[in-house]
Amino acid sequence: MKVKVLSRNPDDYVRETKLDIQRVPRNYDPALHPFEVSREYTRALNATKLERVFAKPFLASLDGHRDGVNCMAKHTRNLSTLLSGSCDGEVKLWNLTKHECVRTLQAHEGFVRGMVVRYCGTSFFTVGDDKTIKQWKMEAPGYGEEEEPLNTILGKTVFTGLDHHQKDAVFATCGQQVDIWDEQRSSPIRSFTWGVDSFSSVRFNPVETELLASCASDRSIVLYDMRESAPLKKVIMTMRSNTLCWNPMEAYYFTCSNEDYNLYTYDMRYLDRPVTVHMDHVSAVLDVDYSPTGKEFVSASFDKTIRIFPKDSGHSREVYHTKRMQHVICIKWSSDNKYILSGSDEMNIRLWKANAAEKLGVLAPRERQAANYSQKLKEKFQHHPQIRRIAHHRHLPKNIYHQTKELRVMKEARRRKERNVRKHSKPGSVPVVSEKEKHVVTVVK
Amino acid sequence: MAKVSKKKVSKKSLKKSSKGTDKIAEVKADVVYDDDGDDDEEDLYNADENITSEEDEDGEDERKRHKLLEAISAIGGKRKKKLGERSEAAVQMSEFTVNAEGEGDKVDLSDLIGTMEKTSAVPAKAKKQLKNLQRSTKTIECPLSKQESQRIQRDVAFQKAATEVTRWKGIIRQNQRAEQLVFPLNQEPSGPKPMERVVSGWKAQTPLEQEIFALLSANKQPFHDPVLTPTEEASMRAMSLEEAKIRRAELQKARALQSYYEAKARRERKIKSKKYHKVQNKAKRKDFVKQFDEMVRSDPAAALEELSKMELSRMQERMSLKHQNSGKWAKSKAIMAKYDEGARQAMQLQLEVNKELTQKLVTSLNDKEEEEEEEAGDAEVLPDFVNDAERGLDSSNPWMRGKLSEEPTEKETSDTVVLIAEGPGAGGNPAVEEEEEEEEEVEETEEEALLREFDSRRKLRQAQETDVVASGDAEEENAAADDPGASDKEEEELSEFTSLLRGMADSRREAEAEKAEAAADASHTDASARLEEGLMRIRTLEDVELLRQEEPAADEAPEQPQQPPATENLAPATQKAGKKRKRKRGIELKEVLTKEAKVIQVPLAPTVEDAEDPDEKPDQRGLIREAFAGDDVVSDFLKDKRKQEDAGRPKVVDLTLPGWGEWGGTDLKPSRNKRRRFRIKTAPPPRRQDQHLPSVIVSEKRNSAISLHQVNSLPFPFQNHAQFESTIRSPLGRTWNTERTVKKMSKPKVLTQLGAIIEPMAREELMKDKKQASPGNTSTLDSRKRKH
Repeated sequence: MKVKVLSRNPDDYVRETKLDIQRVPRNYDPALHPFEVSREYTRALNATKLERVFAKPFLASLDGHRDGVNCMAKHTRNLSTLLSGSCDGEVKLWNLTKHECVRTLQAHEGFVRGMVVRYCGTSFFTVGDDKTIKQWKMEAPGYGEEEEPLNTILGKTVFTGLDHHQKDAVFATCGQQVDIWDEQRSSPIRSFTWGVDSFSSVRFNPVETELLASCASDRSIVLYDMRESAPLKKVIMTMRSNTLCWNPMEAYYFTCSNEDYNLYTYDMRYLDRPVTVHMDHVSAVLDVDYSPTGKEFVSASFDKTIRIFPKDSGHSREVYHTKRMQHVICIKWSSDNKYILSGSDEMNIRLWKANAAEKLGVLAPRERQAANYSQKLKEKFQHHPQIRRIAHHRHLPKNIYHQTKELRVMKEARRRKERNVRKHSKPGSVPVVSEKEKHVVTVVK
Repeated sequence: MAKVSKKKVSKKSLKKSSKGTDKIAEVKADVVYDDDGDDDEEDLYNADENITSEEDEDGEDERKRHKLLEAISAIGGKRKKKLGERSEAAVQMSEFTVNAEGEGDKVDLSDLIGTMEKTSAVPAKAKKQLKNLQRSTKTIECPLSKQESQRIQRDVAFQKAATEVTRWKGIIRQNQRAEQLVFPLNQEPSGPKPMERVVSGWKAQTPLEQEIFALLSANKQPFHDPVLTPTEEASMRAMSLEEAKIRRAELQKARALQSYYEAKARRERKIKSKKYHKVQNKAKRKDFVKQFDEMVRSDPAAALEELSKMELSRMQERMSLKHQNSGKWAKSKAIMAKYDEGARQAMQLQLEVNKELTQKLVTSLNDKEEEEEEEAGDAEVLPDFVNDAERGLDSSNPWMRGKLSEEPTEKETSDTVVLIAEGPGAGGNPAVEEEEEEEEEVEETEEEALLREFDSRRKLRQAQETDVVASGDAEEENAAADDPGASDKEEEELSEFTSLLRGMADSRREAEAEKAEAAADASHTDASARLEEGLMRIRTLEDVELLRQEEPAADEAPEQPQQPPATENLAPATQKAGKKRKRKRGIELKEVLTKEAKVIQVPLAPTVEDAEDPDEKPDQRGLIREAFAGDDVVSDFLKDKRKQEDAGRPKVVDLTLPGWGEWGGTDLKPSRNKRRRFRIKTAPPPRRQDQHLPSVIVSEKRNSAISLHQVNSLPFPFQNHAQFESTIRSPLGRTWNTERTVKKMSKPKVLTQLGAIIEPMAREELMKDKKQASPGNTSTLDSRKRKH
């Protein structure tokens, strides 16, 4: 008698090495999986909830300054080094991995207004209220040596901002005018003035490296070309812009932080209306910095919060605040796209994660896959009300929350009034002005 | 302006001639001073400069004197108006015969242009323009104000910057649309790097290293880029892309053909039919002979060798009893041959093989030998045939049999049709098969020829080979002519028998034909009858169906296709079938639709009546009543509502399973008790919201618990609901997708490297993009080379 035994080839279900994934004999026929949508919905919901659970963005605070932190600079060649200048003229170099100050130097009398690291990373420049530009070595002086700047340039007026060219030995300062300096000379190689103003910030375009933009106190943003003798164009807005930042990946976009609680992203070719108006802050925005990928930017505000905006979205995706953080004066996004650094009034520098719920460090392949999958799920179901509710929920300090509400009411009231005026006047006499156009007064050629 | 330029020229020339013509210059300078005695300071200064440049000592005194004179004149207070004018250094250039005649005059534009007309180097256009300029009396417009000019300057600069920046548009768009962006942008490819890129100034230091490198360099092995040796690189360079492509295509084709050929050979090897193989072997032998003849011409030595081989094999064959009638099989066949046609034939075939194998080859090489041996050969052949005849002693008429088997092969070309007509017996089939085989052979030879062609092309021997083939063919014919010649005699002897046999066969066939004719209709020719027969044999599906339909008809006539009456009967049958089919083609409603259609009575009558008298103007109500005459809205609504209510009412679920717990089977119903137990009544639903609202239907479908989780409005990027729903419906997880799909779908949009600094986009990206956009053969070639 022959006995038939059920037998299978182990090759069909046993993996070759233990590093392989398990063989899963599975039928992917969609007819056999009727509940796929609901199952994925549950997964997405769980992923969203977990994201909120793990969202702990605050990493560390760097304590040591004896006055408010007025400016910061990223090291161009080193991720773990940060420079910060305070209102008492002190400059500190920080080691971010160890959370400690490695060097302190008294750079100026009065405020350190601006600071920038040379593209090679061997030295840095500072400007201060004492009308000087100083160049310092990045390395600490040896034992017994005195802390002395490499170069000191005495200016006629106070310098308020500073930026360095991406590749050349050229830097720009702003004060009463915008000056372009050669590192080897003690007088500017070019000065731009356009009416009598004081400028608050000047920035080189990191992509088209010969272009600059500056914010002036006459509520204008002025564009320059380093090679030309005259400025290029100027846009005047309803309120003053404090700082601006160019997109490091897209040559013609820049974002400015404005006193009217908003940020504006402009296309430099079409200054007559901003591309996007970013609103969410409830007080003046003091500083802005792009992520190195050019996809997002972070803004620091007088309302004691930091917000992260996608570059083409009108509202922020994230808001960071802590109880003790006062007015945030300066902000930087680290050049590996992982961290955010904020310097605030109460003498502290804070280190944040750029993605609040992201796990830091090296991920195992399976961890990474799971993270990617849950990210995609969240994206897929982001419009579903429950998921949306959880994903968008943020805790805000009471005053900011109420101020937001108040602003909303004010805005609505204004809108209603305008609508009523339009309704009761001759058709066409009260034109509809879009939000983008509202804030631009004029463009001066 | 003009003066200044003049001065420059003069200065230059002065410097040139400064050393060589000192004296002349001195003299000239004298003259100038004399003339210019009362000129102003400026003149003096100029002259002074000139002279100092010469560094002439003699001139020193002169100058002093001149200075003195000048000072005196200045005291005199005589001042000229031409203060701004500078004297020309040109006055001193005596060697060019320029005199200072018009020194004090103004230079006009016409003076300058005058020379222009004479010089041919100046283009005519410029001349014309200058003339126009001279003629025009307009005043030049005053320059723009500073603000205006600055504005224009700014505008131009801005336009320039804007166009410069706009070059990035393509890259920005591309990055915005990209499914995945990997940062930092210009990452170095991972993997091992060549040594010289990692270490710039590396040298072999240890003796072992030196030895190794000496070896490598001696053998021209690469030690920097460990991919290609110099010779390989040279060969790479030698071969162009086009050539390589052509060669590759050729090789591909050859490989494909070879594979076809191999497959065919495999297929053929599998064929079990002995007959087939016999024919095949025969063909091969023929082929071989052909080749041999060829070889005789081209390579006699090899041919001789071959000949000796053949001789050897012939000898072996003659010695062995392999194809004789003494084997076990042959004996058994011999016994059977009396009764079995097949056995007889098989034996015949075997003997034929023997004959062929033992036959002597006739070649041009050994003509003499052949002549010598001719008689012997004949003797050899003849006895063989005799042997055949003798061997077939069991059969009644060996001679006839021998010819019978040969007959079909002779006839096959002439009248195969007749053979087929003879019947589906053994006689007809081999002929057909042979034909098929021949066709196959033709195919095969084609392929072989192609293969051979490739070979020949490589060797550049095309023309030669074609010649050879042609000659080979001719020879083959000769050989064929020779062979029959050898066996002519026997044929003559046999012809009598064959003719007799043929006569008998013909007579029999004729008789059959007569019978058939007698039976068949006058209209049916012999050929047509045969054709129909053939049709009967080929049973397609349709035929089978037809036959099934016509079974009663077929039953009436006994099916015997060999017999003419049967064919006669069958022909009408098929005709009938055809007719039936024709009739069937049109679908008949009555047959298809078994149920009768209901005739719907449409209540149109009243409206038609109304239309008949249009003079009457009905009022609004009447119109509406007319328009909705057909339907009763209220009752429809009530019906709808009742339907909805019914749908909402829970149904009684019957879960009784027959046969469980009691007997089951046909005509057995589960017991009442059981039915009562397993019939489940659900609780009555909550009252409908529209229960007391007679004219309202409130839908109960909306589930508030679910609607909390549902999307209310179409989200932004989507165009329509279908789009959104489809994205939601397609799952992402690995439960529903393959590993690869999951990986592809869950790729993050932005990928960054841990601990890497992301630099801003560099200008090089723009260049890279442009390079990619421009199609370049060279670049692709380069990349290919790099790959190799």
